[in-house]
Amino acid sequence: MLTLDAIEIRQDEFHLSADFTVETGARVALIGPSGAGKSTLLNVIAGFFPPVSGRVLWDGQDITALPPAQRKCGILFQDNNLLPHFTAKRNVGLGIRPDLRLSADDHRTVARALDRVGLSGLGDRKPAQLSGGQQVRVALARVLVQRKPLVLLDEPFAALGPALKAEMLDLVHDLMDETGATLLMVSHDPTDARRIAPQTILVAEGRATRPQNTETLLATPPEALRLYLGT
Amino acid sequence: MKYLALAAGLFATTTAVAETPTLTIYTYDSFVSDWGPGPAVEEAFEKTCECDLQFVGAGDGASLLARLRLEGARTDADIVLGLDTGLTAAAAETGLFTPHSVSAEYDLPIAWDDPLFVPFDWGYFAFVADAQFDAPGNFRELADSDTSIVIQDPRSSTPGLGLLMWVKTAYGDEAEEIWAGLSDNIVTVTKGWSEAYGLFQEGESDMVLSYTTSPAYHIIAEDDRSKTAVPFEEGHYMQIEVAGKLAGTEQPELADAFLKFMTSDTFQSIIPTTNWMYPAIMPEAGLPDAFDTLIEPEKSLLVPAEKAVELRDQALEEWLRALSQ
Amino acid sequence: MAARAFAIRRGGPGFVAAALVAAVILGPVAAVLWRAGGGGWPGPADWAALRFTLTQATLSTLISVALAVPAARALARRRFVGRRLLITALGAPFILPVIVAVLGLLAVFGRAGTLNAALDAAGLPTVQIYGLHGVVLAHVFFNLPLATRIILQGWQSIPAERFRLAASLGMNAGQVMRHLEWPMLRAVVPGALMVIFAICLSSFAVALTLGGGPRATTVELAIYQAFRFDFDLGRAAVLACIQLALVTMAAIVALRVAQTGGFGAGLDRSLRRFDAETPALRLLDGTVLLLVALFLLTPMVAIVLRGGGAVLDLPGSVWRAAAVSLAVAAASTALALALALPMALAALRRPMIEAVALLGIAASPLVIGVGLFVLINPWTDPTRLALAVTALVNAVMALPFALRVMTPQLIDIRCDFGRLCDSLGMSPRDQLRLVILPRLRRQIGFAAGLAAALSIGDLGVIALFADPEIATLPLQILRLMGAYRMTDAAGAGLLLLVLSLTVFWLLDQGGRADADA
Repeated sequence: MLTLDAIEIRQDEFHLSADFTVETGARVALIGPSGAGKSTLLNVIAGFFPPVSGRVLWDGQDITALPPAQRKCGILFQDNNLLPHFTAKRNVGLGIRPDLRLSADDHRTVARALDRVGLSGLGDRKPAQLSGGQQVRVALARVLVQRKPLVLLDEPFAALGPALKAEMLDLVHDLMDETGATLLMVSHDPTDARRIAPQTILVAEGRATRPQNTETLLATPPEALRLYLGT
Repeated sequence: MKYLALAAGLFATTTAVAETPTLTIYTYDSFVSDWGPGPAVEEAFEKTCECDLQFVGAGDGASLLARLRLEGARTDADIVLGLDTGLTAAAAETGLFTPHSVSAEYDLPIAWDDPLFVPFDWGYFAFVADAQFDAPGNFRELADSDTSIVIQDPRSSTPGLGLLMWVKTAYGDEAEEIWAGLSDNIVTVTKGWSEAYGLFQEGESDMVLSYTTSPAYHIIAEDDRSKTAVPFEEGHYMQIEVAGKLAGTEQPELADAFLKFMTSDTFQSIIPTTNWMYPAIMPEAGLPDAFDTLIEPEKSLLVPAEKAVELRDQALEEWLRALSQ
Repeated sequence: MAARAFAIRRGGPGFVAAALVAAVILGPVAAVLWRAGGGGWPGPADWAALRFTLTQATLSTLISVALAVPAARALARRRFVGRRLLITALGAPFILPVIVAVLGLLAVFGRAGTLNAALDAAGLPTVQIYGLHGVVLAHVFFNLPLATRIILQGWQSIPAERFRLAASLGMNAGQVMRHLEWPMLRAVVPGALMVIFAICLSSFAVALTLGGGPRATTVELAIYQAFRFDFDLGRAAVLACIQLALVTMAAIVALRVAQTGGFGAGLDRSLRRFDAETPALRLLDGTVLLLVALFLLTPMVAIVLRGGGAVLDLPGSVWRAAAVSLAVAAASTALALALALPMALAALRRPMIEAVALLGIAASPLVIGVGLFVLINPWTDPTRLALAVTALVNAVMALPFALRVMTPQLIDIRCDFGRLCDSLGMSPRDQLRLVILPRLRRQIGFAAGLAAALSIGDLGVIALFADPEIATLPLQILRLMGAYRMTDAAGAGLLLLVLSLTVFWLLDQGGRADADA
């Protein structure tokens, strides 16, 4: 269970407050106008950005001061998820051991993860030899081997075409089902939310709402969301 | 037991060192280079002395003195070799040198009776030009001509300083005027002799400041007779190179032996074709034939050592004034 | 964003390295001051020297960098056979010993040089190289290659994807310049200016030889005079301090102005520049490259011609000196990298660390040498340490270049992969091993090549410590010239040129081989 307790975020003119709880195993989309602070909120949860006040709790434990790696979350960024000088295998292996001293077992785990994301036989390629969709799959394979109970997606599919993006979302959906991890996913597209996130947090006008039913929210959008959706 | 063996070993080495004493001589770098007199001198002296002769190179004559001043009485040097008469007064002032015991019949253009320093070679500064070049015969003619020259900076080079003193001794109070006249003849002023001579050989100037003995190198080593030194009517400034014994030496007898060796036929016959200077004492076999073709100045100019520093500072000021306009 | 520190969280080793470098430079200056028993006030001639030094250094720097921008742009956006070879060859003047390069330069621009011969044949008035313009010409000759390389690296740091984006948006060359290249230049050029200014500030033999007389007296020559003419150590030390102060100020200004933003990572694919595919721009770039190559390479050809005949008959001592120089260069390069890497990492947090490294090239070699002598002499015979000291000083001299090359790339690496490393929980050691070193390979290779080549070509402080038995190649060249052996010296100069370039090429190439993708 992830709890944001009276979190206040400030950076120059920018301001955002958040106070909500996400149940374990939930899949939640963060939507809202660009610049509202969706990514920043994710960065606070992941530990890259300190809030001015408030606490981040995981299963009741205060993790506000913990460095990113000691938090229970795996994260995918918008870009630069892969190290260009490493093969797909090694990029996935980093999720098991960041020093890359992999045992034979670890290698099997990596191979299984690559199989699972549909990259059988491509493990020895470097990112530049893979398509955009394949690169995302490598990154997802790494999230898979990380076995973190919380997965944060900061629009890693933004660069993909609609069909490919849908494919990736379905893959994420299935992976989450298999691992039972909690998912928080930034998106600016309500169809993404509809596709895999039963719940949605609206980030707008300096405030992040508590998770709400995605269908209900989109069907009867509040003013801020309506402006954003253009409906 | 182990320590005893170690101590015995140490003792053995120290006695071994004590049996072959080391004589340390500070000199300018080109003396010790493979092409200078150093290697031959070392070999010859070590045959007679049952000692280890060690040369330590330090830039040029002026750097040599500066290094000695830096080290002061703590210096490892037993002998300093390669100062010239422009530097001996300042060297004597340091109080680091002790009188020598050498007496010899020197073949120098002037009488030598310096108690601290023994001369080992000498030469005249001169402009060197191509043999067929129609060279001016004195500084005034040079200033009036459009002959181009490359000279060395007196602040960083021994020949550069030699030229400064040459003009000063030849013209006294008129020196500044001479320099002003020369300023449009000077292509450039280099850091040291090598750069200047290199520029001249590349054809950058008609003449270069060097020594009357320079053409001998080209004749002997390259069989090239195309270079000549240009005689100047004012006479030529001399450089006499000397060596002195340090008061703090731990090898006074050996140092005396070396200074004596310096005046020997063996040492003196090494000088002409390695240092390209005149030997301080004519070797029995005489000079190589090429030296007969060299110009012999009618008049030798030299500032007495004790006046050198004062005159030098005044001459430098004039030089800077005249050439900075 | 990315408030978390990336790698080497405490920057500790970097600060230790910086302190060591500062000690190597400032220690000797302090030792000279101490030995002198206090400072000496510079005279009017010294101030005139300072004015001339500033004038020539400023002019030389501005012109070098101004010419380097079009040259680097042409190299960045053109692909042609022999491009890599050209880039390596263009670096040659920078690593040559001064006197060898000056003689090469004079063979082209001198009184009896090819340029004047051509002008004369065409019935045109000849040109005179000696004077302020000659000093500037020589400094541009030495430093244009370095400026070009630094700026070219800036160009290569712009990801190919950006240029493709620009191409897809139909941007013309002017728009690409405004949107992509200008921001890069604003970040890269101040650093290039800073490094070259520091080099020109302590220039001595070039300024004197081509300056045409005492008008062209630089601070370094004034230091020479104070030391060996007047034996006024206090004045020499104070002049050295003024030199250091000037460079520090220049560094502070440059590091303030330089923007430290990265340009994004990209995936290092080779790129084709659609915006530059107009005939006019092809002609422009071609002309620029031709002129730069002519300017930099003709004197090199002269050096090859002068030395070609003698290089095979060189005496054994020259070959031994070459071996010594290579050994010193190896030690010096290893040391330079060992200092540069931690310092570059620490510079991520404290950019001013680069100013410390700059002191190395701006410091008076004479004062450093004398100071080291004063420091070492009470303990042991300095001659015995001649090679070790030479390797150390050469390493310190190479630092500013190594840092200038590494720092911008490190900023990019942090910007692109810092959060990824943190989220994976990599230890600083693993970040260094798995991310930083592999991503920095090109820069490390280039820096190592430069450090090695500079060390081979630099006389350094060995002239003050020279051991008659063991000479380096530059010292041996000086000795050959001092013994009238100009032809052998020219041959040895050519040998040095070939050695430096080969070592540089091998190391630079090593950094590129199998680099990514």
